[in-house]
Amino acid sequence: MLVVEQVGTLALLQDLGRPGHTHLGVPPSGAADRPALRLANRLVGNDEGAPAVELLLGGLTLRAEQAVVVAVTGAPAPVAVGRRVSSPYAAVHVPAGCTVSVGRPVHGLRSYLAVRGGFAASLTLGSASTDLTSGLGPPPLEPGQRLEVGGSVTGPSRGSDLTGARPGPQRGVTLRAVVGPRDDWFSGDAVHALASAEWQVCRDSDRVGVRLQGPALSRARTDELPSEAVVRGAVQVPAAGQPLVFFADHPTTGGYPVIAVVLDEDTDLLAQLAPGDTLRFALRRASWLPL
Amino acid sequence: MRILPCGDRAVLVEVDDGPSRRRLDAALRRQPPQGVVEQVPGARTVLVRVGAAGDVPGLVAAVRAVAGGALQGSEPAQGDPQARLEETVRISVRYDGPDLEEVAHLLAVPPEEVVRRHTSQSWTVEFSGFAPGFGYLLGDEGGLDVPRRASPRTRIPPGSVALGGPFTGVYPRPSPGGWQLIGSTDARLWDPDRDPPALFAPGARVRFADVRQE
Repeated sequence: MLVVEQVGTLALLQDLGRPGHTHLGVPPSGAADRPALRLANRLVGNDEGAPAVELLLGGLTLRAEQAVVVAVTGAPAPVAVGRRVSSPYAAVHVPAGCTVSVGRPVHGLRSYLAVRGGFAASLTLGSASTDLTSGLGPPPLEPGQRLEVGGSVTGPSRGSDLTGARPGPQRGVTLRAVVGPRDDWFSGDAVHALASAEWQVCRDSDRVGVRLQGPALSRARTDELPSEAVVRGAVQVPAAGQPLVFFADHPTTGGYPVIAVVLDEDTDLLAQLAPGDTLRFALRRASWLPL
Repeated sequence: MRILPCGDRAVLVEVDDGPSRRRLDAALRRQPPQGVVEQVPGARTVLVRVGAAGDVPGLVAAVRAVAGGALQGSEPAQGDPQARLEETVRISVRYDGPDLEEVAHLLAVPPEEVVRRHTSQSWTVEFSGFAPGFGYLLGDEGGLDVPRRASPRTRIPPGSVALGGPFTGVYPRPSPGGWQLIGSTDARLWDPDRDPPALFAPGARVRFADVRQE
């Protein structure tokens, strides 16, 4: 058992989400930075999709009532066991009665703390992920809460893992994206502007969507788009012309046109972009479209 | 029909109207293309998402093949009067909503006529969205098309039965919303421990009943 002593900005249980229920209005949810969650679990010998804690800007202290092995990945943050400085991106032994703390990351936004065995949590539609917008999954972590360790172990603790080298600061991030499905709702200039501009991440970004500031993307059509399904990574453009990229807890359908969709594996980069960080889009056409 | 790209793992299939969309959605559910993870209907679209980018060219070919038969009308559409594919979901409603008088005024009929139109026709869940278990239902006969409220309410109680544009819907959980509230129900629209968790899954047929008449 682990007892929560301190929580920072926001600490949520996340796994790989609950895909397959979007047609019922259920967002996919799951870790914002999925490779970081997978790596944290691999480091402690868990199933890659075991529930772990997703920290926004660090700031978590847990007291271990039994000896545990933990690993912190994602945004690189200082880790301490008791008063001893330890390291992120490695399996760390925490003796019984001792605390483990995660400080504020030096860059990036979201860190992941996995425990060997995984965090035991009740599942909603097959997932322990917390989706605050839809009200699914466990509530955010709170001081005093007791977290039970589960049985998701699949092998020995790896100690370190070269495939998940610690990321550097996120400057000049480029997201690859496929043009469409609704690029024909925009002026020709808009697609060009999306590709050529440097976009700044806005403060009101969250797990639902990352809002971007840059040149206004002008529409060629002003009628209303009938509701249609959207995916993680969809770049939707509301009436004001400033795009937002739908993220882990995105609504399942939307009524504004989507000009482009970020490649699935590039959407994880969004998890570490802080307000004020910049990004660019590298646009491509779908390979299966006739020329 | 148009097949539109939607990133590297999905396509958005667009058709001309609601009945074509229903046929396509039903046909794709019966013959799912290889690798499908999600299939999500919209008003005139069906989104199909696969697990890997490499599955997309095969998905495009499969959608073309399935749509060929479905859109020529050889397949029955869920929601068509002659096709009774789904058992009808019955919802008991207290027609005492705070906007019932306003809706009656907008339609220039007495409130009893609003209730009669809501209970005398069959409804089909066209698609979901907004919240888990919230379905957008269209009636076979219409006659209840009203605008949304000028200013949305900040909290609508769960079980509220509402009208918005051509649709009716029931709020599964407390949420803000701008639809006109005409009644309430005790039916559990969403229960994650039930399979399926949503009472209103796309394609489901629904009848509303006035509790005073039961």
